[in-house]
Amino acid sequence: MNERFEIPARLRNTSLALIIIGIIALVIGGVTLLGSSDHFEQTRFWIVLLHNSVFFLLMSVACIFIQAAASLAQGAWIVAYKRVPEAIGANVWVFGLITIIILFAVAFGFKIDGHNPIYHWMTPGNDEILKGKSSFLNPGMFVGFTVVTIALWAFVGRKFRAISIAQESAPKNSTKNYWLMFKWSAAFLFIYALTQMSTTPWMWIMSIDAHWYSTMFSWYTFGSAFVSGMSLILLWVVYLKNQGHMEIVSKEHVHDLGKFMFAFSIFWTYTWFAQYMLIWYSNIPEETTYFVIRQHGPYSMIWYATFIINFCMPILILMSRPSKRNYFTVSFMAMTIIFGHWLDFYIMTMPGPLKEHWHLSWYELGIFAGFAGVMMLSVARMLTKSSLVPSNHPLLKEAILHQS
Amino acid sequence: MAIKKFAVACYNDEEVLFPAVKKVRHSGFKLHDVYTPFPVHGLDHALGLKETDLHVAGFIYGITGTATAVGFMSWIFTSDWPINFGGKPHWSLPAFIPITFELTVLFAAVGMVLTFCYLNQIMPGVKKHVFHPRQSDDLFVVALEISDANEQEAINFLKTTGAVETSVQIAESEWWYGRFDKEEPYEKYTTVNG
Repeated sequence: MNERFEIPARLRNTSLALIIIGIIALVIGGVTLLGSSDHFEQTRFWIVLLHNSVFFLLMSVACIFIQAAASLAQGAWIVAYKRVPEAIGANVWVFGLITIIILFAVAFGFKIDGHNPIYHWMTPGNDEILKGKSSFLNPGMFVGFTVVTIALWAFVGRKFRAISIAQESAPKNSTKNYWLMFKWSAAFLFIYALTQMSTTPWMWIMSIDAHWYSTMFSWYTFGSAFVSGMSLILLWVVYLKNQGHMEIVSKEHVHDLGKFMFAFSIFWTYTWFAQYMLIWYSNIPEETTYFVIRQHGPYSMIWYATFIINFCMPILILMSRPSKRNYFTVSFMAMTIIFGHWLDFYIMTMPGPLKEHWHLSWYELGIFAGFAGVMMLSVARMLTKSSLVPSNHPLLKEAILHQS
Repeated sequence: MAIKKFAVACYNDEEVLFPAVKKVRHSGFKLHDVYTPFPVHGLDHALGLKETDLHVAGFIYGITGTATAVGFMSWIFTSDWPINFGGKPHWSLPAFIPITFELTVLFAAVGMVLTFCYLNQIMPGVKKHVFHPRQSDDLFVVALEISDANEQEAINFLKTTGAVETSVQIAESEWWYGRFDKEEPYEKYTTVNG
């Protein structure tokens, strides 16, 4: 069992085409939007890049989280396809680098009238609320936090993969790497809880609407990122199976991935609604402004669309057992869920700086295509570097015999 | 409620039980049930039991709970006893969601527990014949339904499957409500081979 994956020409061409679409969108956007005299068009150029880079980064980091969670729970079923989350996790540095460049460009390179329209806490002026938050929301903190967070994620993502590859050349039945992975997983959960599950979404996304805050926000962002990450893993698993690899992954594993997509769609809805309902109920103007523009304003169509795509569709389509065991249904739902949560990140980022001047057209979708192409090509390249079957893993037999 | 005749075989290992169950299914004897001291993985597949429909029942109970909660609260807050809560509209769906969720879970949970008890014929006070006192301790027990005609044939067959103990028992095949000592002819079974 030494399965090697080689990038098929079709995957390479498709992903390169998507990357070229993204670059063309970026260039045309740079000329027409950034060169425009309309301030909202200039803002649109940057906020779309920020939206996509943060979404793809957090989705990839969720794939490190599932490895850590499975390792600590000593779950065996993930071992059957663990090269996929490993490849996505080891790939975090690509999106981390892109995100660092974009975030710093947005925070420090973009000013209109000496004032940053996206991160307006950069120059608090006489704003009492922003001054009160300045111990957390300040340029130094932003730089330090972003660099440290992304560096830790990228490092642990590569570390997990390195431990797993090292096990291949270890003596048979050796559990040294297994327990090493266990310790690193515990450390990563700690890091993850302090970054993605709390501070990172505050720093990068919630601070776009710096006057507003919600304590549910990071959980809600985590729900989005995690369910998209599981959908991404499932798409890769189904793709590799279609290419004739991963024979040890059976319908049982796909069924359980489908269960995760189903369960965390509902978790996302729970956090989404918990955040909404308390603000709706208490009806304090400084809190409700966030939802007024999203629910009743120009964004109401996208707002309801995210709810239908991310809750109604998964709960109705993925509830029954046969649909979770059908490769077509789960792949279709995985793509739908990823797009739905991309829209969800859209609704988090756009309304603050763009107000009613929003677009969902060539530039937004072009940049999305570009990021999707980078994801496809870089993960595929990572997958080719080792055998797809972790043949020396202590739990491999249990993983193959897995019953959902 | 029917008194029937059973051929009972006891095995002391699940490694022996699985081939025995397979042989029983191929032999043409009518399998009554298999009793094990702990849940044995894969035994339901070996027995050829069909997938349960309990979750379909659960979905129906859940939908009933949702409809009950939304319908009842809508009726109360719009026509039966409309009250102004903080200037909100009378029909405020977000405020109904937590209770709707709870009732959905409650209906599904209680309904499924009761359905599960019904399907497995378990309730406080409900009794069933115990084929061997050690079937909840360390023995794996297989019971076949037999007639007078194939009694000896069944016992001989069960002995070839590696049983450590076989017997023929005349017993109640269904559940009954009451006590073991009065209604159950427990002592009456005849042990052919001890």
